[in-house]
Amino acid sequence: MIQIEGLTKKFKKNVVLNNISFSIDAGEAVALWGTNGAGKTTIIRCILGLLNYEGSIELNGLDIQRYPKDARSIVGYVPQEVTFYGDLTVAETLNLSAQLRHISQDQVSQTLDLVSLGNQKGKKVRELSGGMQQRLGMAVALLGNPPILLLDEPTSSLDVDSRRQMVSLLDSLRGPDRVLVITSHRVEEVGMLVDRVLALEDGQIIDECSPADLSSRQNLPSWLHVVLRPDEITEALQTLILEGFEAQLNGYGLLVNVDKDDKASVLNHLQKASFEIMDFEVWR
Amino acid sequence: MKTRTNNLSIFSLNQVRTISKKVIREARRDRWFWLYCIGFMALAVAITIAAVPNQTLTGSKGFGRTAASLVVLVQLVVPLMTLTLGARYISGERDSGTLVFLLCHPVSRLEVLFGTFLGLAGSLFAAVVAGFGAAGLFSALRDTPIEVGVLLKLAGLSWLLALTTLALGMCISVVTRRASTALGIALFVWMALVFLGDLGIMGSTVATRLPVELLFLTAVINPIEAFRLASVVVLDGSLDVLGPAGIYAVNSFGSTVAFLAIGVLIGWMIFSSLAAGLIFRRGDQI
Repeated sequence: MIQIEGLTKKFKKNVVLNNISFSIDAGEAVALWGTNGAGKTTIIRCILGLLNYEGSIELNGLDIQRYPKDARSIVGYVPQEVTFYGDLTVAETLNLSAQLRHISQDQVSQTLDLVSLGNQKGKKVRELSGGMQQRLGMAVALLGNPPILLLDEPTSSLDVDSRRQMVSLLDSLRGPDRVLVITSHRVEEVGMLVDRVLALEDGQIIDECSPADLSSRQNLPSWLHVVLRPDEITEALQTLILEGFEAQLNGYGLLVNVDKDDKASVLNHLQKASFEIMDFEVWR
Repeated sequence: MKTRTNNLSIFSLNQVRTISKKVIREARRDRWFWLYCIGFMALAVAITIAAVPNQTLTGSKGFGRTAASLVVLVQLVVPLMTLTLGARYISGERDSGTLVFLLCHPVSRLEVLFGTFLGLAGSLFAAVVAGFGAAGLFSALRDTPIEVGVLLKLAGLSWLLALTTLALGMCISVVTRRASTALGIALFVWMALVFLGDLGIMGSTVATRLPVELLFLTAVINPIEAFRLASVVVLDGSLDVLGPAGIYAVNSFGSTVAFLAIGVLIGWMIFSSLAAGLIFRRGDQI
């Protein structure tokens, strides 16, 4: 369903994608995995025809450069940072999207219910939380039930609970006629959602493997994300650094580099120092 | 095997209409647009109130002091309004990320550009009508009504100037990555057209003793000067008010000079629109 041959993208003299080729069949879920700057988002933007490139990209046999409108009509896209017209309401945003896709307005309500935004129809987009905006982005992508879904770090701006809900929703979207392309740097998400991983580095595919093999083949470190009470985070960070851990602030908590066989030691140190652990999860 | 699913047309008026409706809705909520509209309307009314009744500047009665003042107002305010609105539109969409939202739909870049142009043109039409409508209303209330024909002709020419400078503004918008840069360039272009077009030509004429044909060409190629030229001729005034270039225009072209000036405005609009379309179609859009 997606066929990419010799994809090369340069920004002036900087080669961002270097002769990338891969194909994805109907029913497959594939992750583009790599660190920041590896080229994941650029591939997605080329697939959408937002960037000029060398090589060829075909979606269901449609060359995106020759038939950009037809090709985009079978694609739903969730960008890394969802951006909408802040003055529009949730329903107006989806109505605009429906009009541009020539889809009946009846589907708007169904799609909003699918992402649990049915009770937020009249709310202006700028009044939505980050998580709700991400769900609205998902609704825009799902409108019209497109066979190809491109999801650029779809959980990056979500808290732990919202991320779980999003992963569950994405899992439910898999099907024999649908292609899911997800960019991510979270191994655990990749493991839950995809069949195949394309590992990228410096604009090239360096490995192609199953999600189960990714950690060992890429020799990835493990990180423990610990959610603490906001007033204790700074003190907890200092405590862990004094204990010799590599740790940093991250959103609602701390991100600590851990040995894969000794993850509990961080939690033990924090508990001994009487910090209240509200939640934790392993990131790789 | 190659399969095509939808066969969407390259250019769809439905998509253009959807985009332009969105732009009009946004203009209604844009404080800058309202500021320009209210400012233009207030100045037009102030000119009408301040004008001396029944006094004509030169030529026939149609080109009265009020009409002349309205021409000056339009040549200053309308290009400022349209250049800045046009310039910050696409670049603003790119800046805020909403351009990606639009372009990930089955819509072509030309449809986005043309829909945006039409939406802004419609909004500006309302602004021009409001400004001249208010001027006409107040002049009628003072028992010194401006002729309806004069108002309509002036409003029509003002809208044409608005479309021309809007296209120029959108051309600036597609070549710049940031709305703030586009706004700066638009202001510079406005200053160049308004001040250099008028004072610059006068100064260089004195300094270089420019031949009158060249002086006329330099004047008429500037869309703002072309608007002024067209307004004076269409409103039945004497081109003497435009100095040696005006006299040369009358002697050389007679009454067809208005068509020439209007042709220059339309030419600028087409050229700017084509350039904007070509640039927007080819470049990376994020």
